[in-house]
Amino acid sequence: MYRYDEFDHAFVRQRANQFKGQVARRLSGELTEDEFKPLRLMNGLYLQLHAYMLRVTIPYGTMSSRQLRQLAIIGRKYDKGYGHFTTRQNIQFNWPKLEDVPQILEDLAAVEMHAIQSSGNCIRNVTSDHYAGAIATEVSDPRIHSEVIRQWSSLHPEFSFLPRKFKFAVTGDATDRAAVKFHDIGIIIKKNDAGEVGGEILVGGGMGRTPMIGKTIRDFVPERDLLAYVEAILRVYNLYGRRDNKYKARIKILVHERGIEEIREKVEAEFAQIQGSSLTVPQEELDRIAAYFADPDFEAFDAEALEAINRELEVRKFENRDFAAWMKTNVKPHKQAGYAIADITLKGIGETAGDITSDQMDVVADLTEQFSLDEMRASHEQNLILPHVKQADLFELWSALNSHGLGTPNSGLITDMIVCPGMDYCALATARSIPIGQEISRRFADLERQYDIGGMKIKMSGCINACGHHHAGHIGILGVDRRGEEVYQITLGGSGDETASVGARVGPAFTADEVVDAIETIVNTYLDLRESPEETFLSAYRRVGLDPFKEKLYAAA
Amino acid sequence: MPLHKNGVQIEDSWTYLGEEESPTLGDRTILSLDQWKQNREQLLEGNHSYGIVLAPLDEVEELRDDLDRIAVIAVTFPTFANGTGFSQAQLLRRMGFKGELRARGHIIQDQYMYLDRCGFDTLETDKENVVEAWKEALSEMTVFGQPSGDDRQPAYLARHAKGNKAAAE
Ligand code: SF4
Repeated sequence: MYRYDEFDHAFVRQRANQFKGQVARRLSGELTEDEFKPLRLMNGLYLQLHAYMLRVTIPYGTMSSRQLRQLAIIGRKYDKGYGHFTTRQNIQFNWPKLEDVPQILEDLAAVEMHAIQSSGNCIRNVTSDHYAGAIATEVSDPRIHSEVIRQWSSLHPEFSFLPRKFKFAVTGDATDRAAVKFHDIGIIIKKNDAGEVGGEILVGGGMGRTPMIGKTIRDFVPERDLLAYVEAILRVYNLYGRRDNKYKARIKILVHERGIEEIREKVEAEFAQIQGSSLTVPQEELDRIAAYFADPDFEAFDAEALEAINRELEVRKFENRDFAAWMKTNVKPHKQAGYAIADITLKGIGETAGDITSDQMDVVADLTEQFSLDEMRASHEQNLILPHVKQADLFELWSALNSHGLGTPNSGLITDMIVCPGMDYCALATARSIPIGQEISRRFADLERQYDIGGMKIKMSGCINACGHHHAGHIGILGVDRRGEEVYQITLGGSGDETASVGARVGPAFTADEVVDAIETIVNTYLDLRESPEETFLSAYRRVGLDPFKEKLYAAA
Repeated sequence: MPLHKNGVQIEDSWTYLGEEESPTLGDRTILSLDQWKQNREQLLEGNHSYGIVLAPLDEVEELRDDLDRIAVIAVTFPTFANGTGFSQAQLLRRMGFKGELRARGHIIQDQYMYLDRCGFDTLETDKENVVEAWKEALSEMTVFGQPSGDDRQPAYLARHAKGNKAAAE
């Protein structure tokens, strides 16, 4: 895991102090709310429906037990004993008081965390694959370059007042779990024919009211030049991105309006000017950061030991159906023999997606320390992951999780939904999303039925901003306001993986009373028309299109 | 509007040319890019220097050939949230502009460091206590994540520079 050195420590401490000054100037009236707003936003502080909300970044989703424990304390002291994990590998705390925020930032700095640039029109928290460093197929750990970009983007003097927010995602694996094609800049770390590490750069992806799939602007940029290349993109965006209309200000619109060729030409011209400058990250710095992400001390198991462990697991599964269910969905193969990746979904049946109590955070922190080489992850799907668990420990881990309400066996199934906070918290919301998500969860609670439905991603947003990634949901739900009534538009066939696609509207919206039935109709239609149980919802949809679903949904009307 | 350098108020010997006015040789006026383009050939005949004021949508590239005849470029921030001027400044410096780069418009204290880092020399503001604010803004951070054309080293270089090595470990 990355550890702060003296430079990083000084940076976050100074930043926390600076914010203290800004808060003081706001409280004294020297700063107007208008002037204070971008400053507090750049420190992750939002004004929500009922109170302030502080958004803390978890760079590329990686945390230690110590950090998670500190978040638990903050949740207890300043929120109501909760934290809420978002779709951008952040955690949000509701209800903090303005005058307490500098202290919270200090508490965060003490465990090498911060809230810098978790909002505002600047470069946001860099997100990455939540299985980084644990899966076998990875080319290179994407967190190395995520960290390089994080540092470069922090308080960037030129790019802190961009036309609009700017999001990076980095993956190091051909299987995309970071939705890189839905980001302003997506980077796919790969090797060229000469075996050098670099990145394919995509630009102009995004969700919001105009969803777009990112386009490749350059197929390969050597790793030492990555900063120069992304700086060139940001400079072109800062100069030419639209500022006349907030809804047309993201880079995706610039790419769309000007065409990827023109943008590429401008970016390449700028890159040619700055390539080789002090933006070149020295190899010793790449090595320094890479060392933090080197494999932890895995224990080696011989074939005989592995066999014994497996036999033992089989017995456990046979004896305990709940454990078997959890193993089936929540445990993923690890690159190291004898280890496994364990998903902790924050999606208990009928619960609020992404919510976790401070007490549960403490439990996960303990288990992280005990079973996962002191490393855990937060995913953009609002789940937590213990990336390095010995297979021999899986039963003990599951027992502990289960006794604290954290063992829900639904990773990747229909009840493992993304749901944004919506009208219950968010000032921008046009509809509630939490209660709808809870109802869908209860409707599909039956595990056998969930298995039958198979891999399914439902994603729901409470407004057009699409924090709930509904465009990328196999089934997407968007809550909107129709003449004072909350109604829900449904899209089908979206996907946030390497085959990225934007979901298509199925037809007129449904009321809050109808929408869960509509989801059930869609699911039943799929079950009827699939060619075999192996044909997933997404493949079936891609084969048959919208029509069969439309027919069933609107037949009665 | 009072002009400041490093927070200290200094004399401003330039005036902005009114929209309807036409420039005369050597009158120490600051022209809009359009005014400059319209009168450029005539103005370049003498050996005077001129000032240019840029709006966010102006292409700095259009000044490339004339930079040695321009003494001051005033970059406009229509609101503090419009940060185009930071990139314009960077490009001008990189194109070799050696004259006075001045920031004008709506700028807040928390941007002073960014102005300094992006190559600005002066700031037009009618705020009071600019000296204090400037000092505070420029002393808050001593660690930087990126190069920016100034002499502040990004951490990724500073860490590995001789002499800093021990400190960084
Ligand atoms: S999608 Fe809309 S309602 Fe949901 S969190 Fe984002 S802004 Fe708020």
